Amino acid sequence: MKYIDEFRDGALARKLAADILREARSDRAYGLMEFCGGHTHAIFRYGVQGLLPDNINMIHGPGCPVCVLPIGRVDSAIELARRPNVILCTYGDMLRVPGSNRRSLLKAKAGGADVRMIYSSADALKIAQENPDKEVVFFAIGFETTTPPTAVAILRAGELGLKNFSVFSNHVLTPAAITAIMGSGEARVDGVVGPAHVSTVIGSRPYEPFAAQYHIPVVIAGFEPLDVMQAILMLVRQLNEGRAEVENEFTRTVTRDGNIKAQRLVAEVFESRKTFEWRGLGWVPDSGLQIREKYAAYDAEKRFALPYQSVADHPACECSAIIRGVKKPLACKVFGTVCTPDNPIGSCMVSSEGACAAYYTYGRDKENQKH
Amino acid sequence: MSKTRTGYIRPLDLKNGCVDMTHGSGGRAMAQLIEELFLAAFDNEFLRQMNDQASFHIPAGRMVMATDSHVVSPLFFPGGDIGCLSVHGTINDVAMAGAVPLYLSASFILEEGFPLADLARIVESMANASREAGVPVVTGDTKVVERNKGDGVFITTTGVGMVPQGVNISGDRARPGDAIIVSGSVGDHGVAILSVRENLSFGTSIQSDTAALHGLVAAMVAAVPGIHALRDPTRGGLATTLNEIARQSGVGMMLRETDLPIRTEVRAACEFLGLDPLYSANEGKLVAFCRQEDADALLAAMRAHPLGQDAAVIGEVIEDDHGFVQMETAFGGRRIVDWLTGEQLPRIC
Repeated sequence: MKYIDEFRDGALARKLAADILREARSDRAYGLMEFCGGHTHAIFRYGVQGLLPDNINMIHGPGCPVCVLPIGRVDSAIELARRPNVILCTYGDMLRVPGSNRRSLLKAKAGGADVRMIYSSADALKIAQENPDKEVVFFAIGFETTTPPTAVAILRAGELGLKNFSVFSNHVLTPAAITAIMGSGEARVDGVVGPAHVSTVIGSRPYEPFAAQYHIPVVIAGFEPLDVMQAILMLVRQLNEGRAEVENEFTRTVTRDGNIKAQRLVAEVFESRKTFEWRGLGWVPDSGLQIREKYAAYDAEKRFALPYQSVADHPACECSAIIRGVKKPLACKVFGTVCTPDNPIGSCMVSSEGACAAYYTYGRDKENQKH
Repeated sequence: MSKTRTGYIRPLDLKNGCVDMTHGSGGRAMAQLIEELFLAAFDNEFLRQMNDQASFHIPAGRMVMATDSHVVSPLFFPGGDIGCLSVHGTINDVAMAGAVPLYLSASFILEEGFPLADLARIVESMANASREAGVPVVTGDTKVVERNKGDGVFITTTGVGMVPQGVNISGDRARPGDAIIVSGSVGDHGVAILSVRENLSFGTSIQSDTAALHGLVAAMVAAVPGIHALRDPTRGGLATTLNEIARQSGVGMMLRETDLPIRTEVRAACEFLGLDPLYSANEGKLVAFCRQEDADALLAAMRAHPLGQDAAVIGEVIEDDHGFVQMETAFGGRRIVDWLTGEQLPRIC
């Protein structure tokens, strides 16, 4: 396939692997966190870890919007979906995420709730137009990449004069989450692979204060396996030279300032929440987005007066520690036994971007190998 | 005394008419639907007897039987429709035992209000598929459910066939060392259906690969009677089928990504939608397991058949107590190719 295969070329991968092996000092270890679940997925799907020397350890970060959503928010969505006259629209992965008491949107749907799987916020708008006598709620999740389309949907609903459309916002912010992980000091992270799609929107600049404060190098990288390997090489070089800069591997689209138009759209509709609960990270200040008062009519939390109830994780589930990069999936007692992709206990086993699902799907045969 | 007409008062309105509850009532309207639509299309000596069952002689030997329900949405898709799909699906299930399919039954569940014109198109397509395959529909049934209690039409077909002497093909017979051969490009049907889903339509030239594979199987069995296992990778795609066989046979598998035949358009569509062609359904492909020393002969026989021109050896069976299906990636790594989790796409066949 043109313009894709070039970034998955086996010969180039071997060359990069040789470069990494040559540059990585044998007298030290490198703990590198790929923040984003998309990177985790690419690393497993293409077998990148197997091409790295033993002293480079990839730590899987919290960048999977499904994984970091706390049980309380899932419960709220289920509660919304079960109200008569409501159509709840959301992305596919959310349907299977377990809430409390092993409930899920998928089970709510089987029980009669009107839950629709959609591919974009525009689909939710269309459903609202087609069902004027129903309340259509878009259960919006995601990092900076999915926020601009949600903002556009709200603005578009205004233009269309839609009175039956609202958004349950669960949008969260990448730099705040990375800062929270570094601030906790739990995970041994020497460098960070940053997600290119997030930086396509916000630019690379928001990472600069963080890199300086914690003296941690950051490389913004694309999602093809060669991108990831190139980023690893760049991080190894920075660490060897004692640098802690924000570098950009994904010059194909990422700039220092990002997409200003998208940022303006988001700023028009959303504002920072004082604090937002994350699975694994707890309450993190300024890490989530809520809908501004000006657009309160489209805010499902206000429209349906949704109360929020924080819920503790399943006691055996290690999702919290896995999301913080403190534990690996194989260290969880229920991994692959009670908790599987078909019957997930924790959120990391649900999304294909979740570390547990990636381990289970692509790498559980490597139990005796390094991990 | 006025003369009463012997036939029906007026013929079925196949242009503007709709299915109504009387078409399933067992009364005259149902008899008319059967006679003017189903009998006319499927016409054969068994149906002409107008019994509730078909009666036929079978040769001595081992018989196979398979059944398959079809609920595909939309009913008409690039490269086919629910009608030909329902014939191909069951013929293929029979053929995967190495059997020669002989007869089919067809059962229709129709929704009140379904346009007779669409039904006629579907039945015509079934009849054509059945004629082309040389496997007649010899008995059937029709039921009608109220509006909103069905989705247009559901079709269940059952098939019987006979296994040639000396052939023993079964999903539990794959052995370490066996070659794994796929008959052509994978993932076409799933992507074709996806491209016409109302919430996800996109432009593509991909057609469903729906086809009856018994001719190909006959050629394969003639060339290599000792084939170990055959299966058509429908729902769940090639990945899921390989995992089924691995579990049944108690073996592992090692695939080579670079040897998998996947059309560029299918790869592009899957890439764009975040899907994996290995999990996308096929309706006219099979995967075969045979001894390594038989692989060349089997591959040659497959490539000589129109439905196996792009056949390729994609890997081999290995010993593995865990039953893992693994793949050497084009990138140079290695990964598991797991069972399908959840549902990649509902109502694909």
